[in-house]
Amino acid sequence: MTMILTLVEQNGGELNSSAPEALTLARSLSQATGKPLAAVLLGASAAAAAPALAPYGVEKVYHVVHDGLDAYAPEAWARSVAQLMAQAQPEAVVAAGTDRGNELMAHVAAMTDLPFAANVTEVQPGSPYYLTRVRWGGSLLEEAELEGSPALLSVAQHALQPQEAASPGPATVETFTPELDERAFRVRASEQVASHEAGISLADAPVVVGGGRGVGSEAGFALLEELAALLDGAVGGSRVVTNLGWRPHADQIGQTGTRIAPDLYIACGISGAIQHMVGARGSKRILAINSDPEAPIMAKADYAVVGDLHQVLPAVIAEIKKAKGL
Amino acid sequence: MQVLVCVKRVPATGARITVTEDGQRIETRNLGFTISPHEECAVEEAVRIVEAQGGEAAVLTLGPAEATEQLRSALAVGVERAILLATDDEEWDPRATARAITAAVREQEAAGNAFDILLFGNESADSGGYQVGVRVAHALDLPVVTGVKGLEIEGNVARARREGTNGWEVFEVGLPAVFTVKEGINLPRYPSVPGRLRAKKKPIVESRPLNEGGGLRKIRLVLPPEEQTDVEILGNGPDAAPRVLALLKELELV
Ligand SMILES: Cc1cc2nc3c(=O)[nH]c(=O)nc-3n(C[C@H](O)[C@H](O)[C@H](O)COP(=O)(O)OP(=O)(O)OC[C@H]3O[C@@H](n4cnc5c(N)ncnc54)[C@H](O)[C@@H]3O)c2cc1C
Ligand SMILES: Nc1ncnc2c1ncn2[C@@H]1O[C@H](COP(=O)(O)O)[C@@H](O)[C@H]1O
Repeated sequence: MTMILTLVEQNGGELNSSAPEALTLARSLSQATGKPLAAVLLGASAAAAAPALAPYGVEKVYHVVHDGLDAYAPEAWARSVAQLMAQAQPEAVVAAGTDRGNELMAHVAAMTDLPFAANVTEVQPGSPYYLTRVRWGGSLLEEAELEGSPALLSVAQHALQPQEAASPGPATVETFTPELDERAFRVRASEQVASHEAGISLADAPVVVGGGRGVGSEAGFALLEELAALLDGAVGGSRVVTNLGWRPHADQIGQTGTRIAPDLYIACGISGAIQHMVGARGSKRILAINSDPEAPIMAKADYAVVGDLHQVLPAVIAEIKKAKGL
Repeated sequence: MQVLVCVKRVPATGARITVTEDGQRIETRNLGFTISPHEECAVEEAVRIVEAQGGEAAVLTLGPAEATEQLRSALAVGVERAILLATDDEEWDPRATARAITAAVREQEAAGNAFDILLFGNESADSGGYQVGVRVAHALDLPVVTGVKGLEIEGNVARARREGTNGWEVFEVGLPAVFTVKEGINLPRYPSVPGRLRAKKKPIVESRPLNEGGGLRKIRLVLPPEEQTDVEILGNGPDAAPRVLALLKELELV
């Protein structure tokens, strides 16, 4: 058991925003075990990301190269990692808890028939590993024991503060060539289709105006659209409104929808169920507009207006227009 | 087309979660039960595939006897038969779960009920292991696409679509295959009254697999530290508008 191996996602040589979180947790394992920190980059163009790994204390980079690996092919990528594991004998393999990170680790776990803990926030090495992981999209934590060697885990997104190492690593690069047959490529992206959605994406919007059952109808969202437009924001909603077909699922905020991180989230006619609020956690401030002063969201918001949103929103819109001289 | 969809019974938690004193489970005394929205969509997708292609959809769950409630819900919207892998109401870890589901699928196969399509949720609502579908696919040596938000079947080929980093990724795979589904792939229908009545007569076959553990052992559940906010009430009704504007100005949003 020679090292802590981190699977690093990158795009055109730039680290994926979750990669530093995975590297930070992996480095804590490296320090606790005294075993060096290594990283895996997959695909020819990924090599450009190697220098960005040194600040996180990565001593060795495995650059996995194979003709077929430049396009994402989950099974082939995982097969490559499994072969590298057989050669490098890591103590643990760590990925970011992104869609892709969790998918790759699930494949690796299935191929090696090892246990895998997804979305871990804290970990202590040992036999077994002792860890904390998130459940219910982050509304609940589970302390658990993880058996198996190497230990396979992914790191929950936004759960820990990424930190660079006190002493950067040398990040020397070694090429690894996996042996992959046709079968490994039976699932590969055959096509990329750019999405056409115009405007500010919900996940990145600086202001989000969200609507729930209290909005009352599809047409009722016109008020929310108007407010969002005045604030250069985006419109979102609860699962109730996407389930009723008032809004497309792409607008859903929450555990099975989008996670938002605006400066201000204005939640209108939303009760504040945990599965909704877990998607709004990244909001710096929350303003709730709700006719029920006892609604759970009132205790989770920073500011609240008690009232019927159909009366409150037009008044707010009028005030903003006046202030803007419109 | 023979389609299998796998669902997991979970508590329908509302505004807050309470954990039992022993830390082993969510306090469910006043709660109903449900399945993940991803799985609801997987059930709907199974029914739509069969409506378009012919064949039959089956639903499977590994859980306590009470999980027949979730099986019946699926039977009420057009699934024809159900498989209950009964447990003693302890939660199985993902590796053990996948092993039991794989064995059940093999048994079905041996009985002449081979599946062309196996549908899972992308992740379970409660545990969120992100792996059971992928594990079953490997154990059965089938191709798997995860996070699917669009599925078209043409003959023996499926075109699966999912959201990638730069737009949609499209995968073409031959059947039989496994797909893990995300909410948004469709808008599930509500069960009709006749549908509910028919569901009562549809068959549920039950077996009781042995839990050998899978190497990820829950010690206890803990609530994350609550982010205490002091709510500032800006006012009541439309009269609060000037204070809302003041807040927007303070935050430099207007
Ligand atoms: C596994 C799982 C995953 C889930 N994932 C998600 C998810 O991703 N996103 C999500 O949102 N939900 C999710 N849910 C559903 C969630 O539990 C709630 O059911 C949902 O968020 C409730 O939506 P709501 O607040 O719009 O409706 P309700 O809970 O019905 O609340 C409506 C609110 O509107 C207020 N109101 C009514 N009329 C007015 C008015 N005229 N003016 C002002 N206020 C008014 C009421 O006082 C009430 O507080 C999930 C559930 C499960 C079990
Ligand atoms: N106990 C279970 N019974 C049936 N299917 C399950 C069970 N647990 C998980 N699954 C299926 O596997 C998917 C992924 O689960 P998980 O790996 O726990 O995130 C779920 O969405 C279900 O479709």
